[in-house]
Amino acid sequence: DQVFHIVPETFQQVQHLQQLCSTLLLDLWKPQLPEDIRTGEDLHIRVPAPLVQAVKDSLDHHMISYKVLVPDLQKLVDQSMPKERSSHRQVPEGYIYTQYHPMEEIYQWMTQIQKNNSELVTQHYLGKTIENREMYYLQISQPSDKTKKIIWMDCGIHAREWISPAFCQWFVKEILQNYKSDPKISRFLQNLDLYVLPVLNIDGYIYSWEKDRLWRKNRSPHMNGTCYGTDLNRNFNSSWGSVGVSYNCSSEIFCGSGPESEPETRAVAQFIERKKSDILCYLTIHSYGQYILTPYGSTTKPPSNSEELMHVAEKAAAALMGKYGTSYKVGSTSLILYSNSGSSRDWAHMIGIPFSYTFELRDNGTHGFVLPVDQIQPTCEETM
Amino acid sequence: DIDDVGHKYYLELELEDVLDKDSTVNCTAEVLYHLGNKNIAPDVQFTLEGELKNTDEADNIFYNRVKSLEKELVAENIPDSHGNVPPEMEPIHLLAWVASGYVIWQNSTENTKFQLAQIKHVKQVKRTDEYLEFDYMILLHDMVSQEIIPWQMTVLWHPQHGVQVTQDSRQPKHASG
Repeated sequence: DQVFHIVPETFQQVQHLQQLCSTLLLDLWKPQLPEDIRTGEDLHIRVPAPLVQAVKDSLDHHMISYKVLVPDLQKLVDQSMPKERSSHRQVPEGYIYTQYHPMEEIYQWMTQIQKNNSELVTQHYLGKTIENREMYYLQISQPSDKTKKIIWMDCGIHAREWISPAFCQWFVKEILQNYKSDPKISRFLQNLDLYVLPVLNIDGYIYSWEKDRLWRKNRSPHMNGTCYGTDLNRNFNSSWGSVGVSYNCSSEIFCGSGPESEPETRAVAQFIERKKSDILCYLTIHSYGQYILTPYGSTTKPPSNSEELMHVAEKAAAALMGKYGTSYKVGSTSLILYSNSGSSRDWAHMIGIPFSYTFELRDNGTHGFVLPVDQIQPTCEETM
Repeated sequence: DIDDVGHKYYLELELEDVLDKDSTVNCTAEVLYHLGNKNIAPDVQFTLEGELKNTDEADNIFYNRVKSLEKELVAENIPDSHGNVPPEMEPIHLLAWVASGYVIWQNSTENTKFQLAQIKHVKQVKRTDEYLEFDYMILLHDMVSQEIIPWQMTVLWHPQHGVQVTQDSRQPKHASG
């Protein structure tokens, strides 16, 4: 069901709307009665799902402009109800995906997810951070006799982009909750394995919770501990140190003392290098800006498969927009955003992974990094 | 490209009311970035095609509320880490947004892309005249350099006289905490 918002402009339009409401027995939310519909005043009508197209056609035919106030009423209703226990205990009970979680809780979540979904999920060690914390990824893999190609997704390479780890957790939950019932997801898993790293920059993420919400880099010490942090997304071995970086530790885009100087970078790079012949797609999730970025950031020269890369990205952006109307810009980083070298996305493509994308999630700057919790769900749903 | 002068951009914009997404106004603008001296703000000319909403009622309610406070208003971290803004702080937040727009304009070049990231701290300064005065410490995020820049600004406001930034200064990086 949808709720429409209309402001009738002429008496003729008012008459038509009154007729429409009476004939189709539409549910008037504002005003209460058809006789109270007036020109220049807000009109809100709930239209049952089967009638949505007919109503839209009728409005278009009579040149009445409208906006869809609520695209999915059931969803809104569900959200406002307290969560019911689902019969499938596949996800940790009570884990609230519409809230941001500190690292401790994310570690616990990973353990629980594996425990509750052991037929599909395994947790794997990737390496250690500079502050000695353990990095893990989740492998979602349906048992099968054929070797499957891999889709890799990492979140939280930049500490302050909290919506990113929130999305990785949401993504895992959605897959596990729906793989049996959703034909698309189930076909997906028949042919592909999903590897998800919920937080890449663990030390930085913790620091953004405890000390500085807008911290970006990791926490490696430099200059005798007077300066901290390398930008992990400038630290990969893809034209490292050439453009869009700083060699100064005090900068947010400090590229480190050398390519892969950081343990976090090495942990990810070594793993992906090993598995690269099976990896079909590399995704890295950031915020904000609402972009789907293709290689390269270090040069404007297009990658070899640039047409295909763009085509897929454009389809993704269109699907995303179909959900809540959020518009994402698509294109090569160096052309539509800024130049940068040493990014994980560029590196993944350079070593041969055909599809490599950076997603910059909501929003456009209104809230920026500090995206309110009530946007976690719509952001995750549309990105899904 | 305008030889010896700078770069001029012609823009067609749709302005959307943050508080009412359905309310939009079209706008055309010309922006001239000056060659050479980066210390001059870009020239801006604009034409609004339509009218902005009247906000007198909400303005007066806020004005009277602050005027009648016994102690000066003080607040920190707006929004908080989770993106929340307490409802009574929303006007303070919006005021900072408008005022930061001025600061951003004065400091923009073709190589910057600033957004207000957060209000670190705000303190009301009591005045004897009719104006409200707020001393803000804000954090600006520059998309291009990814830097977070603390910035102090003194903001004057009155429902009928609008917003004025009477003083502003960029702060060293570790000044905000």
